[in-house]
Amino acid sequence: MSDDKSMLSRRNALKCMAYGGAGTLFALSGGVFTPIDLAMARGYDESKEGRVLGRPLFVQISDTHIGFNKEANPDVAGTLTQTIDIVNRMSVQPALIIHTGDITHLSKPAEFDLAQQLFSRLRTTEMHTVPGEHDTTDATVTEYFNRFGSASKNKGYYSFDHAGVHFIALINVLQFKPGGLGTLGAEQIAWVAADLKGRSASTPIVVFAHMPLWTIYEPWGWGTGDADQLLSELRRFGSVTVLNGHIHQIVQKVEGNMTFHTARSTSYPQPLAGVGPGPSPLKVPADQLQALLGITSVSLVKHPSSLALNDTALA
Amino acid sequence: VNIRRMQMLLTVVGMVILGAAEVYVPSAAETADATKIVAKDFMFMPTPVTVKAGSTVTWTNMDNEPHTVVSDTGLFKSGGMDTSESFSYKFDKPGTYHFTCSIHPRMVGTVVVE
Repeated sequence: MSDDKSMLSRRNALKCMAYGGAGTLFALSGGVFTPIDLAMARGYDESKEGRVLGRPLFVQISDTHIGFNKEANPDVAGTLTQTIDIVNRMSVQPALIIHTGDITHLSKPAEFDLAQQLFSRLRTTEMHTVPGEHDTTDATVTEYFNRFGSASKNKGYYSFDHAGVHFIALINVLQFKPGGLGTLGAEQIAWVAADLKGRSASTPIVVFAHMPLWTIYEPWGWGTGDADQLLSELRRFGSVTVLNGHIHQIVQKVEGNMTFHTARSTSYPQPLAGVGPGPSPLKVPADQLQALLGITSVSLVKHPSSLALNDTALA
Repeated sequence: VNIRRMQMLLTVVGMVILGAAEVYVPSAAETADATKIVAKDFMFMPTPVTVKAGSTVTWTNMDNEPHTVVSDTGLFKSGGMDTSESFSYKFDKPGTYHFTCSIHPRMVGTVVVE
């Protein structure tokens, strides 16, 4: 739900509460991404209020874990289908879908096939992905790249532009170090530096990767060991939005011009940092599950030009 | 001797034994030529383990979250192991072999081959 209280009319606040938490919508507002609720995005129209909420730019889906079948959610295909229905019902469709990884649970071909079959129902057809560590456990690390590797020429990182926003997709789940956090690696960081060279500091930047690019909880590996080198390349920009998944819950931080945000999963929740022996799937009462699953959407707000983030739950 | 008190004591001893039974303890037969390591509560246990050259080590995932077993040198690599799934590797040469779960890199362990 939005931190930007000025955007929340009472009516929309009530809508937010009604829909609880299915995803996050982001709007670019004054060059700064702000989360707004998908329930609000659904209400987007050409009215004054609709314009204030912004035009949906993209929706972030994360941690779909197709193949998971334990008690924390025996029907992850069902909750992804619900998620897709919510996105498809948005009155103005987002231009892009971004998936921040853990598409599958065990990197199995059948899991990827089912995920792609479900994604094919999205009305928005342009989808950008980065892999999670669950997508790269096959011995040859080829199942993900065979399906989603073309955008990055199988490197896992690439950039693109849309609506004046520069998007950078990064991979931080391959070069893991024993005992450590996620890793980007020197080669990828050097590529980012080159990619950003010559870009105007007023260009809004969206960076997305699976594991958080800021340390949320080191004992569980909720962070990226060499993220600081990446962030130092981004500091000169006026609006930087860093989007991650991995931890199956919303954690947000604003630091200078950078907004860090982790999305909910569409599959199952995980415990709060440090609660229990590790980040296991969290079993909650069935009637509470949907409120803990969801997506993030990002809107482009023109006056002032900015991005707004919005989290929406399935129920 | 107070019989009632002894019964209580026996009950307590029984409970302690029952409690201990939940911890995996390899039997002597299992340690002879095969060693079992479990991944449980996001830890490899036991570790380190010492085996003779030619021994097969089997890792079993006992968590509700998938784990992998990946040699630090790339010598062996399991796929993603779901709950109750196992992976085995036969160690032919003496040496010290470190391994990690690539999904949870803080999970580390060591096999020493003599």
